[in-house]
Amino acid sequence: MDTSVVEALTLDAITKRFGTLTANDAVSLSLNEGEVVALLGENGAGKTTLMNILFGQYTADSGTVRVFGKTLPPGNSRAALDAGVGMVHQHFTLADNLTVLENITLGVGSLLSTSAGRSAARDRIKALSQKYHLSVSPDARVGALTVGERQRVEILKALYRDVRILILDEPTAVLTPQETDDLFATLRLAIADGLSVIFISHKLHEVMAISDRVVVLRHGKITGGVRTADTDKHALATLMMGTEATPPKVPQSTPGPALLKLDRVATPDVGNAPGLKSVSLSLHAGQIIGLAGVSGNGQAAIADVVGGLVKPAEGRIERGGSDIDRWTPREAVKSGIARIPEDRQKTGTIADFDLTENAILERYRSAGFSKAGWLNWRSSRAFAEAIINKYDVRCPGPDTPIRLLSGGNMQKLILGRVLEAAPQVILANQPVRGLDVGAVNYVHGQLLEARARGAAILLISEDLDEVMAMSDVIHVIADGQLSPGFGRGSMTPTELGLWMAGQGFENENAHAP
Amino acid sequence: MRLEPVNNPSFGRKLVPPALALSATIVIASLLAMIAGANPFSVLGLIIKGAFGSKFALLETLNRATPLIFTGLAVAVAFRAKFWNIGAEAQLYAGALITVLLGTGALAWPSGLILPVIALIAVFAGAILLLVPALLKTRFGVDEVVTTLLFNFIFLLFISMLLEGPLKDPMGMGWPKSARLIPEARLPRIVDGLRLHWGFALAIISALCVWLIQTRSTLGYEMRAVGLNKQAAGFAGIPVNLVLVKTALLSGGLAALGGFSEVAGLKGSLTLDLSPGFGYTGIIVAMLALLNPLGVVIAALFVAGIFVGADSMSRAADVPTYLADIMQAISLLLMVLAIMLTRFRVVRD
Repeated sequence: MDTSVVEALTLDAITKRFGTLTANDAVSLSLNEGEVVALLGENGAGKTTLMNILFGQYTADSGTVRVFGKTLPPGNSRAALDAGVGMVHQHFTLADNLTVLENITLGVGSLLSTSAGRSAARDRIKALSQKYHLSVSPDARVGALTVGERQRVEILKALYRDVRILILDEPTAVLTPQETDDLFATLRLAIADGLSVIFISHKLHEVMAISDRVVVLRHGKITGGVRTADTDKHALATLMMGTEATPPKVPQSTPGPALLKLDRVATPDVGNAPGLKSVSLSLHAGQIIGLAGVSGNGQAAIADVVGGLVKPAEGRIERGGSDIDRWTPREAVKSGIARIPEDRQKTGTIADFDLTENAILERYRSAGFSKAGWLNWRSSRAFAEAIINKYDVRCPGPDTPIRLLSGGNMQKLILGRVLEAAPQVILANQPVRGLDVGAVNYVHGQLLEARARGAAILLISEDLDEVMAMSDVIHVIADGQLSPGFGRGSMTPTELGLWMAGQGFENENAHAP
Repeated sequence: MRLEPVNNPSFGRKLVPPALALSATIVIASLLAMIAGANPFSVLGLIIKGAFGSKFALLETLNRATPLIFTGLAVAVAFRAKFWNIGAEAQLYAGALITVLLGTGALAWPSGLILPVIALIAVFAGAILLLVPALLKTRFGVDEVVTTLLFNFIFLLFISMLLEGPLKDPMGMGWPKSARLIPEARLPRIVDGLRLHWGFALAIISALCVWLIQTRSTLGYEMRAVGLNKQAAGFAGIPVNLVLVKTALLSGGLAALGGFSEVAGLKGSLTLDLSPGFGYTGIIVAMLALLNPLGVVIAALFVAGIFVGADSMSRAADVPTYLADIMQAISLLLMVLAIMLTRFRVVRD
């Protein structure tokens, strides 16, 4: 080994307990200068807790944190920042109403910035963005930026503060493959300049691509540490899960009758997002229809129509053979449509409601849960408990606020909530975004089970691999238009990519009535 | 420094900050009393004696708390759904107006009939008064803080106009004051000879009902869901705008019931000084109670106790009444701060 290696960060035997739960059990981790260590683990394995301790958000019960040999005082979040540790959170911490420049200088400069100070900052940001290929305008308002651009701002923010250690918490969860490649290119440049990185992720191929070393955390303990060069995806998955994780097999199925039909449906544009343009689609029993496409091409519009949030401006919706007249979320749920929303934290759940209250969110008015306007908490709680047991939601109990759950467990509750109603149609919008391998396989398994039971499933995803693996028929959506359906295996990713880029649609339009 | 939420506050954390706030209030009030020339060590005793020390004092405090419970509930209900009703003052006057309109001879029925009828119509009036801002909000996105606040001024001027004109008591020696209620339209006292009317019992029952609605009914569930996350509530199928309108109706009705109770139970007629800002103080009461309807009762008793006790103290210690006002303000400020400290911890960076 090279003796000139400098240890940038050392976590020494960190233990943290919450009540009876041991979130971190004597976790030790070291990171050398210029090294990328991937921290791998299931939801709830203790990754976030560990990072919160490093940043002084939590105080460890025992153990120390050292940055470049200096011990950080516990429970002091300024100390980590001052020592040169920066973090990019999975959920961005930017102020939408401020510009990029203001967001980046927030908290570093003095409150009363002079125009000379601002232009110096602007020059510095420009220089950094050029050096690290992070193209973003310093004077753009953050609220107007895309998700990918926002992340560049987060990274710029860290670089602007001269961080020497950067922690990335699931940085690619919200990025397109192209944006992920750009991110990695930027990181490699910064690493070459001596930046050390802790990369927290579920995505094994990304871990393989970017890291030097992988540390696996399971149930709060370090269960493995390997050099990336000496391992492969399969071995990592096994380390992470404790058992071998296999993606569910997709058996053959023969489609049944159409359960939900959209007939030449059109919706108006919403802001920058295109509405639907004469979209026709039918969902058949026992079939998974995959909807592929680049983010923001009308996926939200189609999900809103199927989910009952938007009534088509033109065209018809047909459910079970008859035209839909009234169309609201409540009607959609009543007619047997299960809806798994894109954003489980903002639309899927109410953070401060407990699991029971969240479990009955769509059905509190139905017979089992209320009578004449009065809720039956006993049966509601029993329902939540049933979901917790059946869908393996890891939580202290049904009275826990759902905000304390990890993303995967939140998604399992939503899944249980909608699947327990034995739905005929399932709208799954980005059902596995940000989930770990175990949870992904679980969600997919549940969808396949529902398919075997005869449900019609619309799977919307920006992950082409997922769409191709799961779908019996794939449609591509681009700029609010829907491609024809392609049977399983009839298209290569490249061919689908062309449709996603908007090619092929002109011909379709020429033939349209 | 920053604030960090405490997930499961311990008993001590819930108790110590309010106790400190109370002590600090007493210390400050004592110092001010000393500057004004009174014995600083007598202040605490005089306040307690003035608020709770005698039967008379205690009943005075309960009477004072009654309208605050109603307006506190009105605000708590609305704020829970994040409907910012600042107009409890106007809604209270709406209830009072209905009471004198119907109770001064327009209806000549026995007590058992006239009182419920007036109360119901008063509730209806308060609800309708808040329906306008609610519809403006849900239909056109007009900020209800502005509309409900401005409604207060409009409605008070409207009452003033009525009291100078059609409602003016011909026997009132020229004062802007309505005629007195007929005896049947007066809320009786709970116990003969004690100056406490059934309005107080009605307030307690209202608090219990609101608590039941919030914790057990589908409407209460909907109101909480809308307040916590409109987007998720709408996605799940809760009719957000309809819930907001229902919330407004309930909130306005509660405040109006307070107006009915004040006129029919205590005052017997309507004047412009019926409410020394009960609608606004209701906001403080609701905040102190953390929007919990049962907490509203306790918070209203606390606020009323401070009001009555400080007034009595300033008379007994022969210090200016301003001192009582200052004390009320300080105690409320410190208590709001203390309540916040029971839920958040201050972290020094």
